[in-house]
Amino acid sequence: MNTPISWIKAYVPDLDCTTQEYVDKMTLSGSNFECYEELNAHCDKIVVGQIKTIEKHPDADKLRICQVDIGESELLQIVTAATNVNEGDKVPVVLAGGKVFDKESDTKEMKIKKGKLRGVESFGMFCGIEEFGAAKELYPEAPEDGVYIFDEGAQLGADAIELLGRKDVVVEFEITSNRVDCFSMIGMAREVAATFKKPFHKPVIKETGSGEAAKDYISVEIKDTNLCKRYVARVVKDIKIAPSPVWMQRRLAAMGIRPINNIVDITNYVMEEYGQPMHAFDLSTVEDNKIIVKTGEDNTTFTTLDGQERNIDSSVLMICDGKKEIAIAGIMGGENSMVTDNISTLLLESACFDGTNIRLSSKKLGLRTDASGKFEKGLDPNLAMEAMNRACELIEELGAGTVLQGAVDVYPEKREPKKVPFEPEKINGLLGTNISKEEMLAYFKPLELEYDEATESIIVPTFRQDLECMADLAEEVARFYGYDNIPVTLPKGETTVGKLPLKIRVENIARNIMEQNGFNQGMTYSFESPKVFDKLGFGEDAKERKAIVISNPLGEDYSVMRTTSLNGMLTSLATNYNRRNKAVRLYELGNVYIPEALPLTKLPDERMKLTMGMFGAGDFFTLKGVVEELFDKLGVANTEFMATRGYVFLHPGRQASIMVKDVVIGYIGQVHPEVSERYGIEEEVYIAVLDMPHITELADFDRKFTPIAKFPATKRDLSMVVKQDILVGEIEKVLKKNGGKFLESIELFDVYQGEQVKEGYKSVAYSITFRASDHTLEDSEINPVIDKIVAELGKLDIELRM
Amino acid sequence: MKEKLEALKENALKRIEEAKELDVLNDIKVSFLGKKGELTAILKGMKDVSKEDRPAVGQLVNDTRAAIEAALEKETSKLQKKLREEKLKREVIDVTLPGEKVKMGHRHPNQIALEALEEVFVGMGYEVVEGPEVEYDKYNFEMLNIPANHPAKDEQDTFYINSEILLRTQTSPVQARVMEQGKMPIRMIAPGRVFRSNEVDATHSPSFHQVEGLVVDKGITFSDLKGTLQQFAQEFFGKDTKVKFRPHHFPFTEPSAEVDITCFKCGGTGCRMCKGSGWIEILGCGMVHPNVLKNCGIDPDEYSGFAFGIGLERVTLLKYEIDDMRLLYENDTRFLKQF
Repeated sequence: MNTPISWIKAYVPDLDCTTQEYVDKMTLSGSNFECYEELNAHCDKIVVGQIKTIEKHPDADKLRICQVDIGESELLQIVTAATNVNEGDKVPVVLAGGKVFDKESDTKEMKIKKGKLRGVESFGMFCGIEEFGAAKELYPEAPEDGVYIFDEGAQLGADAIELLGRKDVVVEFEITSNRVDCFSMIGMAREVAATFKKPFHKPVIKETGSGEAAKDYISVEIKDTNLCKRYVARVVKDIKIAPSPVWMQRRLAAMGIRPINNIVDITNYVMEEYGQPMHAFDLSTVEDNKIIVKTGEDNTTFTTLDGQERNIDSSVLMICDGKKEIAIAGIMGGENSMVTDNISTLLLESACFDGTNIRLSSKKLGLRTDASGKFEKGLDPNLAMEAMNRACELIEELGAGTVLQGAVDVYPEKREPKKVPFEPEKINGLLGTNISKEEMLAYFKPLELEYDEATESIIVPTFRQDLECMADLAEEVARFYGYDNIPVTLPKGETTVGKLPLKIRVENIARNIMEQNGFNQGMTYSFESPKVFDKLGFGEDAKERKAIVISNPLGEDYSVMRTTSLNGMLTSLATNYNRRNKAVRLYELGNVYIPEALPLTKLPDERMKLTMGMFGAGDFFTLKGVVEELFDKLGVANTEFMATRGYVFLHPGRQASIMVKDVVIGYIGQVHPEVSERYGIEEEVYIAVLDMPHITELADFDRKFTPIAKFPATKRDLSMVVKQDILVGEIEKVLKKNGGKFLESIELFDVYQGEQVKEGYKSVAYSITFRASDHTLEDSEINPVIDKIVAELGKLDIELRM
Repeated sequence: MKEKLEALKENALKRIEEAKELDVLNDIKVSFLGKKGELTAILKGMKDVSKEDRPAVGQLVNDTRAAIEAALEKETSKLQKKLREEKLKREVIDVTLPGEKVKMGHRHPNQIALEALEEVFVGMGYEVVEGPEVEYDKYNFEMLNIPANHPAKDEQDTFYINSEILLRTQTSPVQARVMEQGKMPIRMIAPGRVFRSNEVDATHSPSFHQVEGLVVDKGITFSDLKGTLQQFAQEFFGKDTKVKFRPHHFPFTEPSAEVDITCFKCGGTGCRMCKGSGWIEILGCGMVHPNVLKNCGIDPDEYSGFAFGIGLERVTLLKYEIDDMRLLYENDTRFLKQF
């Protein structure tokens, strides 16, 4: 909300402080200021001067020498290149030492010094409206180009900046959605008066209207009373379209509103002053002298006054006459009923439409106007009549027309002020303060919150629809007592133990392991494009394709909730690959969203996945080692890597399910070259994905000490010739199963195929360590074990290599 | 015999003195004292010495051996020392060459900021609680005093799955779920991912993180809220941090406030980071709205509480002076490795 201080001062004349004090105090009482603009920031020493004589410059065709009266004893000589000035004109004169706005300059200003132009002294400069830092359209009387010319009444020597309404500061306040009343000058002025404890002079509206009665010209019917709480209509005859007075134009200009003519300017002015949008119809276009407020018809169009055709449906509230639609309620009028220069009788509307409906319609139509912006916040229906009367008062005051007597006011359900119990001790209890009842009431008074002693309650005016309960009143007390002045304490009562849930503790350990192994933590979005399923090579029936769809996504690329974490990882790896980062290792801890059924009727299963991905250095076993390390640190036991071909997005010969007993807790493998190529990565990419809910469940931090061995170990190396398709995992199973009670560890130290090994076979070598805790092992204790192992390996057609 | 020994000793000592290498010393040792050495040979000739002379000659032999051994030892240790020094000299390294790093990975800056926040609040007795990211409208809005068609629903630009299920726009639904369970007192923070339909740009993302806190107990006051957040700010941003509470509006709290802290870059004098104001807006907070308590089955006449919400990315961007939010989700290792 933009508020020129000069306009606020019209209602709070005693306001007297610097701009900084003003915005600081307003912020602390709840009107957070965003920024402010000093309209005259770049202008100084500009006065009104009258050109007495103009002579040609002896040495320059394009320059003229003017003698200017600036209300002082001597005339000022100014050399100008301006072509639009004549003797007798009153113009803005920038004196030497003054400055003007200069949009070309870095500092946005230009300093004016006295000097010589082609040998002739000049003691200042004439300037145009843009050199005051103003947009030309806000000053319709200003010439297209050249120097601004004041009207004849301008006082010589007067401050031109002030005369143009530029000696002002426009403060932009952030108004929260609960304070509809503050989207108006009067509402803001009330806050200012309360904040600075100065009297508030609300406009007193004179009675208007005479002669014929409005009701003889128009009737109003509201068909959808849910969507239109009130409709006030008045009629103005003998309209005389003319420019509005300078004071009104200046106020509108300060708000950045372009003055048009008296009627448009009055409706704009009242909208800013009261926060109530108004609309003006040419009564001659209103058929049957009837206004009907009702929703539109599906699949129809309507042309708004900007000439655009709009699609209307039955949710959009329309203003109609006896035969046709003439406006989209609260949003924009129709071309067919708009005010033109030829208007003679005006129908003025001041209504209260349902905020939600206006908001939704405005969104649907893609048409947001100043009016819809106000309405959508939910206006006070009592405001409609006040604003209407103010507009009629201005019409009479400006001589813009003859206001007819009375108003047609359809107001089915009058909104009355409500009462909220006043409980000072509860307010103090909530705030942690000790403020007296009287002090609280003193804060309420300037807000027009009256105390009703009989019921011990506060009468809340209808413009404060946000105040409903004790806590609301507590905030009103707090903001005028000052949030700063409220004591600083800590909660008393029972102490609580702060803690992290097991889930987060396990995740933190996982992060540490990842980082110790060189993996960097990434974060990717939870939603992605449905196209990723094709990119990853999932079949038509893959369960991953059963993803939750967002009904209003930002675009297709963000439209489904991910069911796999792969795409995020591969996309991030691809980003790194494209940027030529080497040896990249990333991990992510993020959810996937698995619906029980689609369409969704209950919340999906959100499963946290630990996803690791790498390229550029290391292979399957590097990554497998990291996963094993993680299991080790988390005490996840009995894990198995089962060779599989079940993951379509992985290399068919380089993938494994990670199992505990019969449960798959994750997978690991090389990304299928086709898939990594689709992501634009021309290197081997390895990924592993672990299901954290499983991991968390399996995690075991219980450790028991095993005494450190005192007796020496006995080592035996077994080198064997094995058929190529036998997995070392199978050999290890045999070793472990038959290793006996002294088996301490087995270590694979060589796998070889090639020369010296017959076709279709590989050589595998293990070092097996045996140890007893209470004696040194004899060969006689080990030999039978080795024999047993050899025998069992024989069953797999495995022979020892000599 | 005596002369022979003297000559032998002299010869030995001379050779020892001339020896320049350990190997040579060792050879000398062998050639004089070894099994086939000269002294041993002399010793073997002892049997030819008369019985009465034997003690004296024996003594002489021993003295000779001792003298040779002492000379050998002295020269050996001298040589060893010299060799060690030469080796050390050869082993001089350029200590300014770069160190060999273990290539550790890095936590995401968001994660670092989150863990720092968690640490402060866990230390203050808060429990960390998580909740679903795909949430019911009921928990995300309705129970939080944002009824159907409330403008705040639009303000938050919600992603919907259907009319009842949405992507949470805040982590407050976790608070509603905890309050609903009714176990008092409550001191919790709810960190997590939230979603709003913001187009992606330098300061917006459709997916970001919040950390929201909640305290509900008997007699909780606005002054407790002020104290708590002041303590938090001083622990998190430094002990000289000042806190400013500005009135604001949120549907789920009343009274509500926005909190500014003195700029941690300039300390409050005004700089580019705080746009010259000396203050940085850091969070929103307020007293839990009685309607919210009621909706969650808590009697607002008996209990009161406060809540606050911190935008994690905001803290991250400010803390590390990152100028573009998109960097947080690209996962370029050149970015990630900086933290």
